[in-house]
Amino acid sequence: MADKKATREAYGEALVELGRKNKNVVVLDADLSKSTKTSLFAKEYPERFFQMGIAEQNLMGTAAGLAASGKIPFASTFAMFATGRAFEIIRNSICYPKLNVKICATHAGITVGEDGASHQALEDIACMRAIPNMVVINPADAVSAKAAINMAAEYKGPVYVRLGRAKVPVIYDENNFKFELGKGIQIKDGNDVTIIATGVMVSSALEAREKLLAEGITARIIDMHTIKPIDKDIIIKAAKETKRIVTAEEHNIIGGLGSAVAEVLSENCPVPLKRIGVKDSFGESGKPDQLLKKYGLTAADIVSAVKELL
Amino acid sequence: MKVDFQKLESIAAQIRRDIINMTAAAGSGHPGGSLSAAEILTVLYFHKMNIDPNNPKWEDRDKFVLSKGHAAPVLYSALARRGYYSPEELLKLRKIDSMLQGHPDMKGTPGVEMSTGSLGQGFSTSIGMAIASKLDQRRNRIYVLLGDGEINEGIVWEAAMSAAHYRLDNLTAILDYNGLQIDGPNKEVMGIEPLREKWESFGWHVLEIDGHSFKEIISALDEAEETKNKPTIIIAKTVKGKGVSFMENEVGWHGTAPNTEQREIALKELGGEE
Repeated sequence: MADKKATREAYGEALVELGRKNKNVVVLDADLSKSTKTSLFAKEYPERFFQMGIAEQNLMGTAAGLAASGKIPFASTFAMFATGRAFEIIRNSICYPKLNVKICATHAGITVGEDGASHQALEDIACMRAIPNMVVINPADAVSAKAAINMAAEYKGPVYVRLGRAKVPVIYDENNFKFELGKGIQIKDGNDVTIIATGVMVSSALEAREKLLAEGITARIIDMHTIKPIDKDIIIKAAKETKRIVTAEEHNIIGGLGSAVAEVLSENCPVPLKRIGVKDSFGESGKPDQLLKKYGLTAADIVSAVKELL
Repeated sequence: MKVDFQKLESIAAQIRRDIINMTAAAGSGHPGGSLSAAEILTVLYFHKMNIDPNNPKWEDRDKFVLSKGHAAPVLYSALARRGYYSPEELLKLRKIDSMLQGHPDMKGTPGVEMSTGSLGQGFSTSIGMAIASKLDQRRNRIYVLLGDGEINEGIVWEAAMSAAHYRLDNLTAILDYNGLQIDGPNKEVMGIEPLREKWESFGWHVLEIDGHSFKEIISALDEAEETKNKPTIIIAKTVKGKGVSFMENEVGWHGTAPNTEQREIALKELGGEE
C-alpha cells in the first residue's frame, strides 16, 4: 500500500512554501504550533508568525483584523477549539464581513485518539457549514491537503480546512492532481452503489470497494473534499445511476457530510441513503484504529451499510 | 496645533441631535451609550485622526473601531458629518435595505473599519490591525472604543493580554465609562473595579479623564501617541445619555428610542431641530 502521511504535516509544509511565495501570508496559533505544524512556518518566518496563546477567540479576532488590513492569515489550533470555542468570532467577525481568513484546524475527528472526548471534534463540519460565506474542506490525504491549502490562499474569502492528527494513506499522485473547489472526485466508478466519503474515510471507502468487488458488487467512490459548497451534480448523477448512496465521515452523522448529501438527495433525487459516522455520541480515549472500529468507522462498517441497501 | 474648541462643541451638539433624530426615526437603537461618546468621536474624527473621507481605503490611514457596536448612531453621525456619505442617509438607520445597519457593517458603510455588535470582538480585531501596521512598518494609529459592560467579556482580556505582549503602542483604547449597562449599574451587574489596576496589571498605560472634556481627550490621545512599547487605555468618565436631561444617567435609555414628544424635548435641549 502507499505511504502514510498526516494531513497536518502536509499543511505545515505547504505553509512554508506559501510563506515564501506570498509575503502577505501570516500565521497564527494558540500554543499548539508543534502539533498543528505551524511551527515550520514560525521557524522560517518568525516575523510573520503570531503566537496568541491559549486564547482561541482572540486568535480568530486578531486574524480578522489582520485580514481587514490586507494580510492572508492562516489561523490554526485543534478543530474542537477553533470551531467550538471561537465559533461566534468566526461567524460575526470573519464570515459576516467576509474577511479573508483561512481557518486550518488539525486534530479533527475521533482519530485524535488518546486525548479523548474533550478533544475529539465531531461537530465541526456541522457548525462551519451552517455559516454563510464559509467554505468547508476536508481533504482525504497529504496530496489533496497541500492542494487545498494552496487553493485556500488563492480563494478570496473565509475557508475552513479540516485536518487530522493521524497518518493516513496517500491516495493521490502529487504530480497528477488537480484540486477543484466544490467538485467531488470520482476516484472509481461503479454501478451498484455510490460511497461518498470525506477525509480519512476516503481510504476506508476504497478498502470497502475491494471487499465488495470480491462479492461482485461494484461501488462508485467519490471523494467529497469540499463539503461546502457541495457538488450537487455529482451526487445527483450518482443517485440516478447507482440508485443507492452511503456517506462516510469522521464526524457525527448529524449535520456533516451525510446530512449535506441527504439535503441534496431529498430535494433532487431521493434514493435510499445510509450514513456512516459517529452515531451522535462523544468519543473516548483509545488508539485511533481501535476508536474507528468501536465507533463504526471502518471499511467493514461501510460494507455492512452497502449490503443493507441492496 | 491650535484647537477650535467652539467648532468641536458645535460638532458634538450636531452629533447628539443626529443621534436623537436617527433613533427616533428608526423607532429603536441605543441613544444612551451613543450620547456618552459624542465628544470622544468628535475629537477623533474632527481633530486627531489622520483620515481622508474621499479615500476610505487609504493604506496609511488611522483607523477607529467601534467595539461597543451598539453605539452605531454616534459613529454613523461622525462619518456623515466628516464627509464619508450624505447626512441624508442618517434617517435610514436600521431600515431595510439601508446602508446604516443596526450594528456597524464594514462591507456596506464607507468609513466603517470593522463589523461589530457582538461585544469584545471589535477590540480583538483591533489587535490584528495594530499588528498588521507594525508588520508593514506604518506610522498610522488604531483607535478602539469599548463599553464598560463590554469588558465583562473574556475576549476583552485575551485581547488586552495580547496587546501588551506584542507591545502595541500604536493602539489606543478608550473606555466609555458611563457606569451603566442594561440590567443596571456596572457595580450591581458585574463589578469591574478596580479598573486602573486591572489594565495596568495587564501591561497597559492607563489614563483617566473626563470623557466630555475636549481638552482632556486631546491631551490623553496625545500622551497615548507618545507612550512607547505599551498600548494605552484612556478611561473616560462619561454620562450615559449626556446632553438630554431625561436620559442622563438613566439605565432605561440604553436601548430605547425616544418617541416624538421626547425627541422634541431632547432637540430643544441640544440646540435645534436638525
